[in-house]
Amino acid sequence: MQDLIFRTIARQALYIIMAFSLFLMFRGHNLPGGGFIAGLGTAAAIVVQYLAFDLELVRRSLPVDYKYFIAAGLLLALGTGLGTALGNRLFMNHTFAYYHLPLIGEIELTTALLFDLGVYLVVIGATLTIIATIGEE
Amino acid sequence: MTAGMAVPSLVINVALIVLGLSTALVVLRLLRGPSLPDRVVASDSLGANVIALIVVLSLKVGTPHYLDSVLVLAVLGFLGTSAAAKFLVRGGLIDKHGD
Repeated sequence: MQDLIFRTIARQALYIIMAFSLFLMFRGHNLPGGGFIAGLGTAAAIVVQYLAFDLELVRRSLPVDYKYFIAAGLLLALGTGLGTALGNRLFMNHTFAYYHLPLIGEIELTTALLFDLGVYLVVIGATLTIIATIGEE
Repeated sequence: MTAGMAVPSLVINVALIVLGLSTALVVLRLLRGPSLPDRVVASDSLGANVIALIVVLSLKVGTPHYLDSVLVLAVLGFLGTSAAAKFLVRGGLIDKHGD
């Protein structure tokens, strides 16, 4: 489909939706947001690319197998839970600390953010595997 | 949301009433639209109306926390409308190869 208007909008929308979904992930836990909705947002950004371009083009520009995202995300989420269990704390016991990063300033980093990163990867992997499989038929 | 100029509550209430009426009319079109493109346009403008309603409601309640759902709704509305438009024009959603 050679729709110039849709393709132009879809290219810009990719960056906007990705930025919004990353923002949602990093503000989770204290405010609305988190890994699940961030993963859905990122998946929506890529689905817009699937709609505007074709399956081959998106696969060439993003040469990853989304099925591995599910395994990596599950392992990361399990790892953050087990990591605290090994250190004489309860399973899934999370901790946080305040850091001062350049350009960003004071920020609260939690180990729950790593767990959320796992959820994020699982949601992206599951959603895009389903959609790409349906699209192939 | 507390700082700055406050919007008069009469304006907010009138805007809520007008947006509610508009949403009701759009839902009516969505239910009895004669053709499929009518329903697609109606669902797109239903999304826009709901976004406007949430923004006005967050002004009325005085909290900025509703505005995240506005952004999510905007993204989903764009995705849904473009997918429906492509389905209507092309008959399929995802092309295998470019033409």
